[in-house]
Amino acid sequence: MTSIAELENLTLLFENKVVLDDITLQIEEGQILGLLGPNGSGKTTLLKVLAFLLKPTKGKIMFQGEEVGNKNLERLRLQSALVNQRTLLFSTSVFNNVAYGLRMRKIPKVIIEEQVRDALKLVKLEGFEKRNAKKLSGGEQQRVALARALVLRTKLLLLDEPTANLDPKNASIIEDIILTANKELKTTIVMATHNMLEAKTMPNQVALINNGHITEVESAVDIFRRLSRNLASFAAVENTFKGTARLTEAGTAIVDIGNGTQIETTFDKQGSVSVFISPQDIILSKKSLESSARNVFKGKITQISDLGSLVKLTVDVGKPFMVQITKRSFGDMSLNFGAEVFITFKASSVQEI
Amino acid sequence: MPHPISGRPSRALPIGTKHMNEILDGIIRAFQMIFTGDPTVYGVVYRTLFFSGVATILAVLWATPIAMLISLKDFRGKSIIKSFFTAMIGMPTVVLGLILFLFFTKAGPFGFLGLLFTPGAVILGEAVLVTPLIVSIAINAIEAVDPEMLNLARTLGASESQASITVLKEALTGIIFSDVAGFNRAIAELGVALMVGGNIAGLTDVLTTDISKFTSRGDFATAIALGIILLVIVFGINLIIIIARNPRALLTLGKMPQ
Repeated sequence: MTSIAELENLTLLFENKVVLDDITLQIEEGQILGLLGPNGSGKTTLLKVLAFLLKPTKGKIMFQGEEVGNKNLERLRLQSALVNQRTLLFSTSVFNNVAYGLRMRKIPKVIIEEQVRDALKLVKLEGFEKRNAKKLSGGEQQRVALARALVLRTKLLLLDEPTANLDPKNASIIEDIILTANKELKTTIVMATHNMLEAKTMPNQVALINNGHITEVESAVDIFRRLSRNLASFAAVENTFKGTARLTEAGTAIVDIGNGTQIETTFDKQGSVSVFISPQDIILSKKSLESSARNVFKGKITQISDLGSLVKLTVDVGKPFMVQITKRSFGDMSLNFGAEVFITFKASSVQEI
Repeated sequence: MPHPISGRPSRALPIGTKHMNEILDGIIRAFQMIFTGDPTVYGVVYRTLFFSGVATILAVLWATPIAMLISLKDFRGKSIIKSFFTAMIGMPTVVLGLILFLFFTKAGPFGFLGLLFTPGAVILGEAVLVTPLIVSIAINAIEAVDPEMLNLARTLGASESQASITVLKEALTGIIFSDVAGFNRAIAELGVALMVGGNIAGLTDVLTTDISKFTSRGDFATAIALGIILLVIVFGINLIIIIARNPRALLTLGKMPQ
């Protein structure tokens, strides 16, 4: 496996603050590398460094055997492309957006037309050429941004939380596109993500980053198996909690995740554990539900995000839980900030990681 | 009694019906001048448009790169320079006119150009006048573009200059607005045009300077006529620009609000 990029003792200071701290990382050609870390950990900065948009203060970057410096920065930029977390499109048609990079590379017009058409097909936006890019839906805009980067067939593709602001349907479309790009175009992909499932299923390797420093790089499977402690303590991923388990008479564990929150589970472990509850397994109600589910917690809504057809809520029951409900339910239940709600989930929904 | 500006004796200022007559007179005279193709009037209109037009083009040519440099680069004193341009918008035009007069006069540093009291002086004067306005508005427009835009252009393969132009394109609506504002300001200018141009009939006179001249002579009808012509031109040009930017605006003219 050849490495396409190598970072050696890379440090980046911004206004005297250490944003990237002595990073040494090897990126293999053709892999998908997940970058997992909490907000402010330096994920975006690291991606910008790999996009050759930012220069490190100290340390070295090697790209395809070449050391990256002032002289080749602009040239090497042609080999990598970064897609922002917040979609940014040019105020023009979808076609002109996707064609932008090709025009910068002085590709002949006829070829541009063909390649743009193919790229739009890849992101399932055939026929969208003449549409005003800014008037599309959030999911469509993100796909245009992706097409705009993919069409350039760069060696390295950098994605900053590509599905963070999307509802599950659009998120899975984007995930498919990313996997296809990696498989068929053999693009090396580095993607920063917050999404547990994504981090587990998409990348071959995952690098954990915290406070500008990369703490572990492991295969995705191992990270979630062995290094779960680090993972949960980062709060890198939503609904992951670190806690202490004690066995009940029934042989199953109750996990204390702090602040008085005790979670009943169906596994039998003792001592230090990390657990994850999928947002889809959590029911939200305004009154306490009497049901067979063992875990019922009262809390307050502390954050609301609009994802189109879904609404993402953070409920603080002592620890923050992320819940997803349909917009319709949100409206029917008349929920808002600070509203007192109950979350309910089965003991069997608690996954040990 | 002597007229306050010209010092020459003026007719006693009439009040009431005489004014109304003069206004009507002025409207009629305006139509007469336009439709009979009165050469002096057409000459003034041509000079008004030509001087202000060329002045605006000149100002845009040097103001746009200045605005781009200031907004896209980070440097010490950036906010001071921005405030300077904003403050210069408020520069009293007679003071600017005086400064330029002293520059262009034979004894002055640019006296050798022999520009004083020539069309060139009016054009240059108006260009200098509107520059702070164009720069300030353009800076605002460019800064309103998402700060990540430059990086986006770069990551897609743009060189530094291509990336800057891309940002400029994103700010286009605001930039055009700054240019139109510059033109409107130039065409409305009296003080600078008067001082460095000298209001020489047939050479450096424009609508504003002539309105001032005829008013001070007491020839209100002509002044009003020229005033009406100037207003029509200003509104007309601005209307054309609005429609050119958004042809759909024409459709809404006939619609009732719903």
